Amino acid sequence: MALPDLAKKPQRFTGGHRACAGCGFPITIKIILQAAENPVVVGCATGCMEVTSTIYPYTAWRCSFIHTAFENVAATMSGVEAAYRSLRRQGKINQDITFIAFGGDGGTYDIGLQSLSGAMERGHKLVYVCYNNQGYMNTGIQRSSATPRGANTTTTPAGTQLPGKPQYPKNLTAIMAAHDIPYVAQASMSHWNDLYRKAKKAFAAEGPAFLNVLSTCRLGWATAPEDTVDVAEGAVQCNVWPLFEVEKGNWKLSFKPKKPLPVADWMKQQGRFKHLFRSDNSQLLETIQQQVDEDWQRLLELCGVNGE
Amino acid sequence: MAVAVEIQKTAALTGNEAAAQAMRQINPDVVAAYPITPQTEIVQLFSTFVSDGLVKTEFVAVESEHSAMSATVGAAAAGARSMTATSSQGLALMWEMLYVAAGMRVPIVMPMVNRALSSPINIHCDHSDSMGARDSGWLQIYSENSQEMYDNLIQAVRIAEHPNVLLPIMVTMDGFIISHGMENVELLPDQAVKDFIGEYHFPYPLLDVEQAKTLGPLTLQDFYFEHKREQAEAMYRSKEVILAVAEEYAAISGRKYGFFETYKMEDAEYAVIVLGSTAGTAKYVVDQLRQAGEKSGLVKIRVFRPFPGQELSEALSGLKAVGIMDRADTFSTQGGPLYLEIKAALYHAANQPQCINYIYGLGGRDIDPPLIRQAFMEVKDLASGSAAEAGPTVRYLGVRE
Repeated sequence: MALPDLAKKPQRFTGGHRACAGCGFPITIKIILQAAENPVVVGCATGCMEVTSTIYPYTAWRCSFIHTAFENVAATMSGVEAAYRSLRRQGKINQDITFIAFGGDGGTYDIGLQSLSGAMERGHKLVYVCYNNQGYMNTGIQRSSATPRGANTTTTPAGTQLPGKPQYPKNLTAIMAAHDIPYVAQASMSHWNDLYRKAKKAFAAEGPAFLNVLSTCRLGWATAPEDTVDVAEGAVQCNVWPLFEVEKGNWKLSFKPKKPLPVADWMKQQGRFKHLFRSDNSQLLETIQQQVDEDWQRLLELCGVNGE
Repeated sequence: MAVAVEIQKTAALTGNEAAAQAMRQINPDVVAAYPITPQTEIVQLFSTFVSDGLVKTEFVAVESEHSAMSATVGAAAAGARSMTATSSQGLALMWEMLYVAAGMRVPIVMPMVNRALSSPINIHCDHSDSMGARDSGWLQIYSENSQEMYDNLIQAVRIAEHPNVLLPIMVTMDGFIISHGMENVELLPDQAVKDFIGEYHFPYPLLDVEQAKTLGPLTLQDFYFEHKREQAEAMYRSKEVILAVAEEYAAISGRKYGFFETYKMEDAEYAVIVLGSTAGTAKYVVDQLRQAGEKSGLVKIRVFRPFPGQELSEALSGLKAVGIMDRADTFSTQGGPLYLEIKAALYHAANQPQCINYIYGLGGRDIDPPLIRQAFMEVKDLASGSAAEAGPTVRYLGVRE
């Protein structure tokens, strides 16, 4: 897919929504929806995406859309997909329809994890997309289990005693791979062609699929709106957010930086890590770099790729 | 239509079996459910219908009740007739989604087997679970026995899906007392039920992808109130629908239902009001009292939401005293939920009977004829003005204290 061709594909998510200037998720979902060939029905967890795109009596969705609550988009879409199977079996519907559930990292990693696990385990044919902006941004930048270690959030504020979030993020993509569903992938809004290709694969999977897509939150990350894509790119280039896919149990690396950037370079782009560059936090920066290196090595092993 | 009356089949069924048979005959497109005592048998039996191809249903064995209600809402909104079933903690876990179902106007029908709420944990009957959900926007119908559970479930489909209503509805029966007690139930022929309920037509199905729908948008100060006002209006309109559906159901079954049932009330001077299975025992006590020359009567509430306040007020006018029996407490120090509703309904009545409240049977505590008789005698004393002293208006019956 060439970019000019992608631009010509019909938009299922229109302009006029009320996301912030420089918000990452509209880019993410537009690319994913453009990869769908069939009509789609979208479900959305409560969060920025939902509250900015469906302010009654307006909607930014040119496809059927349902939102019920925060922690249950996977369960809600299980019901929609079950209804489709039932009515199709009865001959009341004859066309192919693609089902997509969107949730932020709050609705996916944390409050919605049970509902997500249940839906994937039951084998509903739906694609779950986590637009991962590494925090509870809709409620005002609180930590989630996807928030990076050291990040300043409103529930892990960087203070004189505590340097931001104490824990590393949970490896949700690996947790979803452990469900042994046909297709799991980690992607970034910055690598649109990779994301488009992965969305295509997810839609074609014979069963549930899960995409974990890094999507910048310029407010929560404290970056300039025009840097949205660059910051997501930086996360990939420093191995904080590696791109890979797990297809029928086979781990495959999608992208290997020629020379990985230091994590500190990526952090410097964002106000949420500002305090880590104080001299008293230099040890923490080193510790985080070591962890990212270890995680990267482990991923290379899983993917059968030789390290440096 | 009346043909069905003659070809009904009598079967010895537990309440759970009767509910499962009703579900088999309703034959929903989707059932998403999670087992919980004492409802479990419904889910198990329905699963065997699915396994044996007796229903067309897509059965979703979800991982929790929250997901059960979420999936049922999704399926109903997609355009499929959808059901679930639960009890107690399961209903409590659904709480958030009960309000979503009602606000989204999806006509889900749910058998609800009444059981006490934790803590302490208890698996036996009281009405704390459904009473806690009384303001969630669901219609609520209470059943005295297995036959009523069966009949109410079938009628519930028509009521919920009526275009003037479009609201979810829970049909309850008392856990263990009814759910696990066996009695004769008259079952309609499958075809009669199919004809009676007709096809499901949700006006805004998600799966109509040619005309995309947005369900569950953010609605702010400018429209939220209008949506809620419409929802309230649907509840008002449901009263007429409930009675019309009851008429039609009587024509095919020979069994007629209303908002409530009156028993020996024609010349009664005092009465007791109950919900659920206690009505059966209370009728036996009324019969005994009547043989002894007492002018006692009984009112059994069937429809609790919408609450038939005006109709009840008329039925109770002229009585000198009523005892209102609640199998749940509100912990408000003002009495049980049924008591509060009835007192409010009587506020504008010209001849207000005196009201006392009995909270009884929590956690499955037996309610036996002597206890009900005690309640009747106290109400009688109140009616005749011969009570030695007024006593508390909220009384706890059959408890050690």
